[in-house]
Amino acid sequence: MVDVHLKNIVKKFGKTIAVNGITLDIKDGEFIVLLGPSGCGKTTTLRVIAGLEKPDEGHVFFGDREVTYLPPRERNVSMVFQSYAIWPHMTVYDNIAFPLKIKKVPREEIDKKVKWAAELLQISELLNRYPHQLSGGQRQRVAVARAIVVEPDVLLMDEPLSNLDALLRVKMRSELKKLQRRIKVTTIYVTHDQVEAMTMGDRIAVMNAGKIMQVGTSEEIYLKPRNIFVAGFVGSPQMNFFEASVRIEDKNVFLDAEDFTITLEGDFSEPLKNYDGKTVIVGIRPEHMYPLDLIASREKTSEIEGTIDFVEALGSDTIVHINTGSMIIVMKISGAHHYKIGSKIRVALDLRHIHIFDKATEKAII
Amino acid sequence: MSIAKYYLIKIVIAGLATLAVLWIMTPFVIAILYAFTNPSDYYSPNVILPLRYTFEHVQKLLALGATKAIINSVVVALMTIGLSFLLGLPAGYAFARYIFPGKDSLKLFIVSLRMFPIMVIAVPLVTLYIRLGLSDTPLGVALAHTAMALPFVIVITSSIFAGVPKELEEAALIFGLDRKGAFMRITMPLALPGLAAAAIFTFIMSWNEVFIASVLTLTNRTLPAFILTSAMAAPDFIKFAAGFIMILPAMIFVFIARRYLITMWGITLR
Repeated sequence: MVDVHLKNIVKKFGKTIAVNGITLDIKDGEFIVLLGPSGCGKTTTLRVIAGLEKPDEGHVFFGDREVTYLPPRERNVSMVFQSYAIWPHMTVYDNIAFPLKIKKVPREEIDKKVKWAAELLQISELLNRYPHQLSGGQRQRVAVARAIVVEPDVLLMDEPLSNLDALLRVKMRSELKKLQRRIKVTTIYVTHDQVEAMTMGDRIAVMNAGKIMQVGTSEEIYLKPRNIFVAGFVGSPQMNFFEASVRIEDKNVFLDAEDFTITLEGDFSEPLKNYDGKTVIVGIRPEHMYPLDLIASREKTSEIEGTIDFVEALGSDTIVHINTGSMIIVMKISGAHHYKIGSKIRVALDLRHIHIFDKATEKAII
Repeated sequence: MSIAKYYLIKIVIAGLATLAVLWIMTPFVIAILYAFTNPSDYYSPNVILPLRYTFEHVQKLLALGATKAIINSVVVALMTIGLSFLLGLPAGYAFARYIFPGKDSLKLFIVSLRMFPIMVIAVPLVTLYIRLGLSDTPLGVALAHTAMALPFVIVITSSIFAGVPKELEEAALIFGLDRKGAFMRITMPLALPGLAAAAIFTFIMSWNEVFIASVLTLTNRTLPAFILTSAMAAPDFIKFAAGFIMILPAMIFVFIARRYLITMWGITLR
C-alpha cells in the first residue's frame, strides 16, 4: 500500500497529446476515479502509472520511490483490463495463480491465496473451468481475483464494468467498492460513467483533453463544479447553460438572458462586481428547478416562464423541456406528473444552486 | 418455401458437395489403386477395377533410392520449417505489434520477393553453393526452400499474432513477466493453431518443390527430384507408385498438424 504522486505527466502519440501535464496526489488506500469522455487521456494516464507507457515528461512516484521508467513487473501494481484479459489457455485457477507462480511463491501458499481470492469473489466453484466456459460477469470476477491475489501496492482498473449488463454493473459496483474497503489497496479507477464515478470514488478527478479539470469528492464535483466542462459533464440530464449579461443596480444583481431576467439577491454583487455589463454563462441543473405550484417556500428563487415543449415521463422522475422563446430549459422533478405539451408553465429557479461562469475562461465565478 | 423446393435445394447442395469430394478424391484413389495393381491387370483392356494387387512397384522404387529420398525430403522440409520459423516468427511478430517507419512498404517488399523467377537465379545459385560447399546437401536445399517460404511465413504469422489480443500480453507484463516471457508463455500457446497452419503450408511447399531441388542436388535427391529423374521414364504403374510415395508422408504430416488447426482453448484464431 502506497500513496501515488503524478508530477506533470505528458504523453504524446506522434502529434497528438494524449496527456497534457497531469499532476495528482493519491493518498494511501484511497479509491480515486479518473472520469472523462473517451479520448480525454484517462486510460493513457492509467497506463503510464502501470508502466505500459512511458511518459514523455514528468514523473511517477509510489511513495518516495520513483517508478517512471521501471517496467510494469517491478512496480508491484496490478490491473483489471476493460476486456478482462484473462488468459484463455489457462483454467481460472491457473489464471489467478499465474502471477504468484512467476514470483516463485511456494505451492501451498499459492493454493491458499488463490482460494482466498476465489472465495472473496465467489468464484470458488469455477476454479477448474476455462475462461470460454464463463459468463462476462464471471470473467470479470476472475480478472479482479487475479488482480488482488498478488496484494499489489496499487490496483488499477480500466473501465472494468463497461462490458457488463446494466443490472450486473450496479451489483459489481458496490461489490468492488466493498472489496476495496476491505483490502485497503490504493485504487485508481478509470471510467466514462459518471454514476460509477460518483458512487465508487472517494475522490474523482474529472479529465478533459489530457488535463484534469477538477479533483474532489462526488459532492464537491456535483455542487461546486469549477468550470463549465465539469458542470456539464456531471449530472443527468445535463445542466442548463445560457448566456446572460450582468446588470448591477444598487445591491441587486440582474442577469438578463435573451428570454427572461433572473434577479439575484444582494450577496451576489460582491463576486460579480467586475462583470457589470459583461456577458457570463449561467448554469442551473434541471433538478434545481421547480414548478411554482409545487413549492411551498419561495425564498432565494427567481422565476421564469415558458411553454412545455416535451415531457419525458420516467415514472420516478418527470423531465420537462420548457421553451422560453429562443431556448429550451430542462427541468427534472421527482415523481410522476402530468403536463400538457403546449401549455404554459411558471418555474422557480433555486438560486442557492445557480452557477455563473466567466465566458472567456469558462471558470466558475459562483 | 415449399417442401419440394426445400428438398430440391438440399439435393443440389449434396450433389455439389459430392462433386467437390470426387474432384479431390478421384486422383488419390486412382493413384493409390494403380500403385498396387498387378501389371497384367493394369494393361488388360477388360479390367477396369483391378483385383490382383502387389507391393512390388513400391518396393522396387524404395530399393532404387526412394527411401533415402524420402528421408532427405523430410529432413529438408523440417529444416525449412525450423529456419523459416526462426526468421519469420520475430518478423511476423514485429509486423503485428509494432508501428515503425516503412512498415507497409517493407511488408510489400517481402512478399514481392516471391515474384522473382527462380529459373533466373538457378545457375548462379549452384555456382555459389559449390563455392560454399552447400551443393548437393539437404541444408542447401532447405536454405533455398526457406527463402521461398519465408515471405508467406511472415505474412501468415503476422496476422496470427495480430489475432492474439494485446491486452493478454500486457496483463502478463503487469503480472510479472518480461516481453520475452510474455511472448513465450502467453502469445505462443495462443498462436499455436495458426502456427500449425503455417507449418503445414511450409512443409507441403518444401515437400512438393522440384525445380530447385533437382538443380541443387545430385546424389542427395529429395523425393520429387528423385522421382523426376528416376520414375518418369518407367512404366505407368511405377509412376503411380511414385505418386503414392509422394502423397503418403504429406498426408500423415497434415493429419497430425491438423489437430492444432481446429479450435483450441475454445477460441479460434485466424
